[in-house]
Amino acid sequence: MGFERFGKVSYVSETKVKDFVNYLEQGKIMGTQCRICKKIYFPPQMDCNNCYSKDSMVWREIVNEWTLITYTTAHFAPTGFEDDIPYILAIAESPEGIRLFARLSKDVSEDQLKPGMKLKLVPVRLPNDKISYEFKPIGG
Amino acid sequence: MSKEVAIVGVGQTAFTRACGVTIKELCFEAFKEALEDCNLEPKDIDESIICSAPEYDKQRSPAGAINEYLGLNPKPTFYAESICSSSTTGIRVAYGLIKSGLSSVVAVIGFQKMSELSSREVQERMGRGSDIMWESPFGLFMPAGYALFARNHMKTYGTTEEQLAKVKVKSSKYAFLNPKAIYQREVTLEDVLNSRVIASPLKMYDCCANADGASCVIVASAEKAKKITDTPIWIAGIGSASDALSIAKKTNLTGLTCTVEAARQAYAMAKVEPKDIDVAEVHDCFTIAEIMAYENLGFCKPGEGGKLIEEGQTYIDGKIPVNIDGGLLGKGHPIGATGGSQVRTIVQQLRGEAGKLQVKGAEIGLVHNVGGVGLYANVLILRR
Repeated sequence: MGFERFGKVSYVSETKVKDFVNYLEQGKIMGTQCRICKKIYFPPQMDCNNCYSKDSMVWREIVNEWTLITYTTAHFAPTGFEDDIPYILAIAESPEGIRLFARLSKDVSEDQLKPGMKLKLVPVRLPNDKISYEFKPIGG
Repeated sequence: MSKEVAIVGVGQTAFTRACGVTIKELCFEAFKEALEDCNLEPKDIDESIICSAPEYDKQRSPAGAINEYLGLNPKPTFYAESICSSSTTGIRVAYGLIKSGLSSVVAVIGFQKMSELSSREVQERMGRGSDIMWESPFGLFMPAGYALFARNHMKTYGTTEEQLAKVKVKSSKYAFLNPKAIYQREVTLEDVLNSRVIASPLKMYDCCANADGASCVIVASAEKAKKITDTPIWIAGIGSASDALSIAKKTNLTGLTCTVEAARQAYAMAKVEPKDIDVAEVHDCFTIAEIMAYENLGFCKPGEGGKLIEEGQTYIDGKIPVNIDGGLLGKGHPIGATGGSQVRTIVQQLRGEAGKLQVKGAEIGLVHNVGGVGLYANVLILRR
């Protein structure tokens, strides 16, 4: 238990990375890294699919700088998200070569977006004691 | 060319919004049409492979229910699933069963009854098609996934919304001539551009429709095929690949890497090149998907897919006719039945039985079937 607090609608409760939610609560966005082969994971995972070493993963803070690659405004939504329409979904990339999918902050509109613009990832509190993260334009 | 495994019979139901019959009855109709297509009887079938996306099924383990209804007991049966590419995955498995000698004649039956569920239930399942831990909690759904590719393709290559819309205009033209298609009306460029936005830049007419339907492809060994028919259609090449389920972890965001890899395998096995293909069925679940397929299958260079449709090169009389039956955009997309329907179209083209939709002198055809947002891909090359 523990991970069900992540996201507006969650489908997962038990996971080896449930501490992610506690870190997020403290304002920290944590990934994992394999001590043996050094591969970085974000979102985090506790199994290294590169070298398959045992108990090799450690938590580490990610480099929180993102460049917007692509985005879409959803005017239609799966169950549980109907009240959010329209909302913007985006993929951005970090200097560590990590690509991440997340929502864009509600106070940004599509015409303010430009591929290549800089974003940061921030924790966001949701109703019902839930927590998530979202992209926000730097300076925005 | 390899002449070891052939397609001898094909059948499909009409694709409709709500079929009003059970999944067993749907499959019966497609199976019966395929048997009649090659003058076989149920007793001639050694094995059946039943293909669908299970999240739309009420029946648990549909293979058993369908095999019973078709009167095929005690013949072996099982289920094959790779979402939207389930029935070509079934054909891949049939190919293996036949080459291994375990079976000689295999019926691959694909179906989906999407009207089995309420729109609310469909909407709930829609939210679980992406990674449920890290992506579904943000409200990702299928059209939004392809919209992210579309935006990136437009940014990278200058592809336009008009070029996307032209794919749907072409599909509607051929669906109008296909009695089994869900849409029986031609649409204009303006209709597409003015349709409501689902996930920008994709609009309603950029998306295919959920549908009910079934398809059946009967696959046989060379020895059997030559006895069954004078016009076996040979599986000359068959390729299959996967990419990440997570949208953020796709190898590439301008095209589908699984398509590129599956196509590479299929072309190598068939010893042909993209320029040798006379007619193709590609997985156009969205207009952008057809444009990326042109590029990823090698019908044009990366970034030139928009230009290819703009020039009309994928129409029936173009350089490479694509989806000359309406495609998913025109026929509708009953998930598990789609691959089998694509194969049926190419088989009819290569036999010269496509009527008004016949591509003259077609000898080599290609089928491209994708599961999920570039998650699974199967590519088949078929020859007369």
